[in-house]
Amino acid sequence: MLKVTGLQKIYNGGANAVEAVRDLTFELGEGELVCLVGPSGCGKTTLLKCIAGLMPPTSGTVELAGQAVTAPPPDMAVVFQEYGRSLFAWMSVRDNVELPLKEKKVPKGRRAELVAESLEAVGLTRFADSYPWQLSGGMQQRVAIARAVAYEPQVLLMDEPFAAVDAQTRADLEDLIRQLWKRLGVTVLFVTHDIDEAVYLGERVLVLSSSPTVVQDDITVDLPVERDQLTTRRDERFTELRARVYAQIQQAKNGTGAAAPAAAH
Amino acid sequence: MTETTAPPPAVPVGAARRPRGAAARTGPNRPLLGTVGIVGFLVLWEAVPRLGLVSDRYLPPASRVLASLGQRATTPQFWTAVGDTLTGWALGLAIALVAAVVLGFTLGSLPRVRAFTTSTVDFLRPIPSVALIPLAVLMYGTDIRSTLLLVVYACFWLIYIQVLYGVADLDPVAEQTARSYGLGRLARIRHVLWPTTLPYLMTGVRLAAAVALILSITAQLIIGSPGIGREIAVAQSSGAVASVYALIVATGALGVVINIGVRALERRVLRWHTSVRGEATA
Repeated sequence: MLKVTGLQKIYNGGANAVEAVRDLTFELGEGELVCLVGPSGCGKTTLLKCIAGLMPPTSGTVELAGQAVTAPPPDMAVVFQEYGRSLFAWMSVRDNVELPLKEKKVPKGRRAELVAESLEAVGLTRFADSYPWQLSGGMQQRVAIARAVAYEPQVLLMDEPFAAVDAQTRADLEDLIRQLWKRLGVTVLFVTHDIDEAVYLGERVLVLSSSPTVVQDDITVDLPVERDQLTTRRDERFTELRARVYAQIQQAKNGTGAAAPAAAH
Repeated sequence: MTETTAPPPAVPVGAARRPRGAAARTGPNRPLLGTVGIVGFLVLWEAVPRLGLVSDRYLPPASRVLASLGQRATTPQFWTAVGDTLTGWALGLAIALVAAVVLGFTLGSLPRVRAFTTSTVDFLRPIPSVALIPLAVLMYGTDIRSTLLLVVYACFWLIYIQVLYGVADLDPVAEQTARSYGLGRLARIRHVLWPTTLPYLMTGVRLAAAVALILSITAQLIIGSPGIGREIAVAQSSGAVASVYALIVATGALGVVINIGVRALERRVLRWHTSVRGEATA
């Protein structure tokens, strides 16, 4: 579904060139929910922007359903960490969700349906006519998620979407993502720096090394599909997986990571 | 005269809670204080010449000035002059606005060209519009175009600089969001760049609206193109001191009305913006 091959990104060629991403290769199957974790500053956001077609890689390719990504693909939606800046303050919640659909030339009736359904899915039906800045941070990120869902993407990219919301809201939003993923069958790539979040959410966790970045480990999360904030997080297997990801990240930080990705699945 | 004409808070129905600072501000009654202030000023103005502190040849008492104004307001000549002044104001402002927006958006998105023009702009901008009066007279005589030349020149720079700042304020996250959702260049200008620039643009328009009135009247006063400014000059040369004051009061009133109008417009188009959000609930 989504295939990243030999991706490399170097900023500012010449003497002060910074190699943010060295050589990344991985693949997401259709309908997979994969979390990407790595130490801070390891180029997660760079990678995501390359995948989203917002930034050309220095070398390597990104393919979506067999098509090379060179510009933002029409069946991909991105949810950014900075919801306050990603939502348009000058538009109501409804207009924010509807704008991409208008540009996509979705007929009016269908647009109204999609907006209503997606706002319903994130529990914000009552707030369609509010402005984003009248809502709390968690609610604003729900609007951004609704906008992505209404766009009906095949692939949903999320760039540390819950980094700026409080812990309780975060737990709710995590469950919301799992629930939407199960319902819509969409392929999700979820970037986070939070190990617990990665293991709780993902069906698979990709651990990145520190910069210049390579894939250090690829872990299959064999937890049950139905997850619950209390029981799942108490599960012995959850703790094991968490410990493994943690160890990998520590290794990555200290730069002693294995050069070749471990084939764990 | 105070800003109590603010529209009700722009909180849509269904909003769960009102934005911060929503608690009604208790304090002195502003319209009442404003009225008291004006009345006090008029009483003082009335008293000073009547008590002989200043000769009423130079400062007629308020009652006489207002009577003169009231009498003038019944003549069509006065309203034609007001109309001419407002025409020069509106037309000049509109031309400056359109030119500044078009050039500002174009140059703002072309950093190289912008850098190329900066020095020229910095040179032209500080030239006071009134320095162009001889040029205006040479080119257009006492025609309204003389007025327009001065008004447009002064207003253009005020708005243009604001538009450049506005365009530069484009949020990369908003821009990337728009791109990732497939918004094309024009759609991004319309839905992202334009609203981003709007608060800056409105500041420019507010400043320019006041400056446009000043220059419109200056041009009429000095060049003699039709309008209130010329009426003042005529009243002065015929020694009608009360009339001179009456016309000055009229220009002041015009300024207040224009300011209220622009503020109202600003509140309307920027009801989503931080600067108005807080204010609107006060």
